[in-house]
Amino acid sequence: MDESNRQKGGIYIHVPFCVKKCAYCDFYSCTDLEKIPSYVQSLIVEMNLTADFPLHADTLYIGGGTPSLLKAEQIQLLIDAAINRFQAAPDAEITIEVNPGTVNAEKLAGYWQAGVNRISIGVQSFSDASLDFLSRIHTADQAIQSIEFARSAGFDNIGLDLIYGLPGQTERMWQADLQTAINLTPEHLSCYMLTYEPGTKMENNLRNGRFRALPDKDVGRLYDFTVRYLEDNGFYQYEVSNFSTSRQSRSKHNQKYWTHAPYIGLGPSAHSLVDNRRSWNVRSLEAYLRKTGQGKLPIEETEELNSRQLMMETLYLRLRCVDGISILDFEKRFNIDFNRCFGSIVSTYESDGVLEIINNKCRLTRKGMLFADSISSRFIDAI
Amino acid sequence: MRNIRNFSIIAHIDHGKSTLADRLIQTTDLVSDRDFKNQMLDTMDIERERGITIKSQTVCLPYKSSDGKLYSLNLIDTPGHVDFSYEVSRALASCEGALLLVDASQGVEAQTIANLYLAVDHNLEIIPIINKIDLPSAEIEMVREQIEEDLGLDSEAAILCSAKDGIGIDEILEAVVKYLPPPKGDPDAPLEALIFDSHYDPYRGTIIHFRVVQGKIRTGDEIMFMSNKASYTVEEVGIFQIVRVPKPALTAGEVGYVIAGIKTVSDTKCGDTITLKKNPCRKSLPGFKETQPVVFSSIYPVSTDDYPELVIAMEKLKLNDASLVFQKDSSAALGFGFRCGFLGLLHLEVVQERLEREYGLSLIITAPSVEYEIEMNDGTAMMIDNPALYPEPTKIANTKEPYIKASIIIPDRYMGQVMNLALERRGINTDYQYFSSNRMEMIFELPLAEVVYDFYDKLKTVTQGYGSFDYEMLDYRDSDLVRVDILVNGDRVDALSQLVHKDKAVQRAKFACEKLRDEIPRQMFKIALQGAIGSQIIARKTINAFRKDVTAKCYGGDISRKRKLLEKQKKGKKRMKMVGEVMIPQSAFLAVLKSKD
Ligand SMILES: Nc1nc2c(ncn2[C@@H]2O[C@H](COP(=O)(O)OP(=O)(O)O)[C@@H](O)[C@H]2O)c(=O)[nH]1
Ligand code: SF4
Ligand SMILES: [Mg+2]
Repeated sequence: MDESNRQKGGIYIHVPFCVKKCAYCDFYSCTDLEKIPSYVQSLIVEMNLTADFPLHADTLYIGGGTPSLLKAEQIQLLIDAAINRFQAAPDAEITIEVNPGTVNAEKLAGYWQAGVNRISIGVQSFSDASLDFLSRIHTADQAIQSIEFARSAGFDNIGLDLIYGLPGQTERMWQADLQTAINLTPEHLSCYMLTYEPGTKMENNLRNGRFRALPDKDVGRLYDFTVRYLEDNGFYQYEVSNFSTSRQSRSKHNQKYWTHAPYIGLGPSAHSLVDNRRSWNVRSLEAYLRKTGQGKLPIEETEELNSRQLMMETLYLRLRCVDGISILDFEKRFNIDFNRCFGSIVSTYESDGVLEIINNKCRLTRKGMLFADSISSRFIDAI
Repeated sequence: MRNIRNFSIIAHIDHGKSTLADRLIQTTDLVSDRDFKNQMLDTMDIERERGITIKSQTVCLPYKSSDGKLYSLNLIDTPGHVDFSYEVSRALASCEGALLLVDASQGVEAQTIANLYLAVDHNLEIIPIINKIDLPSAEIEMVREQIEEDLGLDSEAAILCSAKDGIGIDEILEAVVKYLPPPKGDPDAPLEALIFDSHYDPYRGTIIHFRVVQGKIRTGDEIMFMSNKASYTVEEVGIFQIVRVPKPALTAGEVGYVIAGIKTVSDTKCGDTITLKKNPCRKSLPGFKETQPVVFSSIYPVSTDDYPELVIAMEKLKLNDASLVFQKDSSAALGFGFRCGFLGLLHLEVVQERLEREYGLSLIITAPSVEYEIEMNDGTAMMIDNPALYPEPTKIANTKEPYIKASIIIPDRYMGQVMNLALERRGINTDYQYFSSNRMEMIFELPLAEVVYDFYDKLKTVTQGYGSFDYEMLDYRDSDLVRVDILVNGDRVDALSQLVHKDKAVQRAKFACEKLRDEIPRQMFKIALQGAIGSQIIARKTINAFRKDVTAKCYGGDISRKRKLLEKQKKGKKRMKMVGEVMIPQSAFLAVLKSKD
């Protein structure tokens, strides 16, 4: 294939291992750490099995689970294989998610050596009480330390994950978390509202009345506070939960999800999207190991997205981003008159102050972001 | 003629009428056992399920009696519900006798008595039958006593029967031959035939069920309806023996059908007299009246796209249901639909169920209303059943509403509760009488509007299922009527307006607001729900805005799942109605209009 025809795309590698399952988490992961070595081998097998997609990887994201359970050599192995298999560009963004309870200075230096150039640290909170409530395996001090290790190792693109909206959390408590984060000068912040996902231990506890969730109106206030406070401190929102100091320090990889750029996911439960075809892998480590062991692709299901479905996804994904929907691109892509289709919804929401059209872009305001789901569902009703 | 017997089975609902009819058919070899479907006479699914006969069916049973002669026993099945009492009376008018069936474990109930009165009015010979004697809870002696004392019949003559186990069936057939009189009538007199039912056949059009009282009817005759002088040529006459069996002619005393190229059942009227155009009878048979709908409601498709299908379904239903009347209606909230008139609540429910089940439509039915008489200040008067047409209150001089006379039979320990229920429904207790063994009949005069509003259910509840109920229309009386409107964020939802008595307005308005609050999903803004009479707010509830509605995380693995959810929601919203900016789900309309509290 002619090199210039290759699309730029992302590679996602899922590492489905954790030291302990956190009470709120519904990602696919397990605690059979002894399976890590054979799992790494299976990932290489999957890469080799994966068809020769016309793809030119410019991002590689190793997420989880807890990828930082892997040794630097294992990460090196995966990165090399991926670069090789997917013709990664020399300047590709290579991210790893790190759990502060699993790393030391040496390991992070090893990751840097292996080619990782972006690091996303699962801090969640700088309060030990909150970390305890979330049943994280690390302390606040460990989190701070891991950030310092990352800096010393050479990382100049560091992101931190934080969670807010915990039961009883006040604006002051949350502000303290945010301020600590700001003081550590990361390039990127992800601030997630705590959600109670069905099937998690925390959701079960909530349902059984073990604690009371923070009321939505307070979560909403904290959201509002977050956006304003971070903006005042030089972090700009670019998606509902994501903030960065500059356009460059946005997560290139994650933005691919919101723009239907192609990506290939490896490992159990990972999703891929290539040429409007989405597929996802089996959501079980055993099944994954078995299938790859038999030399078979571990795909569970594939769906071919029609233009209507792509339009639906575009609407709700783009409305989550501050860049919003480019009306011209949208009209061209879907051969549709945006104003005819959505004009009345737009004007209602404009007058409610939740949506605006600026430079031919239709985007939610800060207030609107808080209602992104209901607003995008109204757009979807109109198609 | 001496070998003909025309009879009906009359009973309170569930006392075993259909089961007995099946047994009688079975023993007379009309169908082989293999073909025998239980409850042959109840044909519609809904009737089967609810065990209520709505369309009566007739069957001519050939029977060889112990006297060695062959008889034709015409069993005329009657509708089993108060809504259809006129149809019952026409069926009884076609008979010389009736089997009065009483459940041995339940005893005499309201419809037993109401039906007995009807039978007596028609001078029918009555054979009492005590059914379900197989039940361990059967109290045969007690029921005998009730038959003797409450009904004034000779309980010695009562036949003991178990329709289920086939006990007493031969005895019943012999008694029909022996005790019921044969029909009288002059085969050479001008034709007089009584229409007691009709149904629609897709190939033959309307099939009239009738009894020849005088004269003779043959294929080729030109017949005429006495009520409207419409005339038709007879294509076929015959008798019902599960299937239609054509005959060259039917003569005085016989029961059967006539097919005469009549397009819809609405062109025939139950109770009308058929005669011959060339040689007409002098006057109609007595007792004819046009049935009037008493309960009115609008029917809308949940999805406005389904309106054309509703039109087709209504037209098809009408073919078979002469009592169903309707006209086009439209609502700002619900789009196009039909305003319909029904004989009663059960009739309404049956129509609704058939539309939903047989035609696959999902519907919104507005609150049932009765017909009010409204006198205007300028002296004119009008009948109104539709809240949408309710005039400006300042122009109204007086309103009247229909009253019924209700008979309720209960074990006397429930007297207090029933009295309270009736009083709460603005009823007046005009009379009561004690029957044997602690049972009593209470007579109330009640506004019909209060009965269409979940009265049956309430009665069943307060009497733990022991109360039975029957009613007849009485008259129109002064009423204090208001129209209660429901406003959603200030917009009136026309389909939720109701005409109610002033004393009930606050209660209804509150009920509606509460139901809406429970059913309408939160939205981005606060939703005010109000009940109002004109500009006066009499009830209010608020649905608070939600404070956030956004998924925190949305990455590669979440996108498909989220889209599927949105696709599902989008589908669900087809069942929603927009009122201003507020989305109201179908379930909200149903909850409000169900009117159960
Ligand atoms: N045990 C018993 N049950 C009966 C008898 N006759 C009818 N039933 C039951 O009583 C119920 C009502 O019978 P049905 O014939 O539909 O009553 P209808 O409403 O008068 O037509 C049904 O469940 C029948 O099976 C009987 O002789 N014995
Ligand atoms: S460490 Fe991360 S992936 Fe593992 S259970 Fe906790 S939140 Fe989930
Ligand atoms: Mg029946």
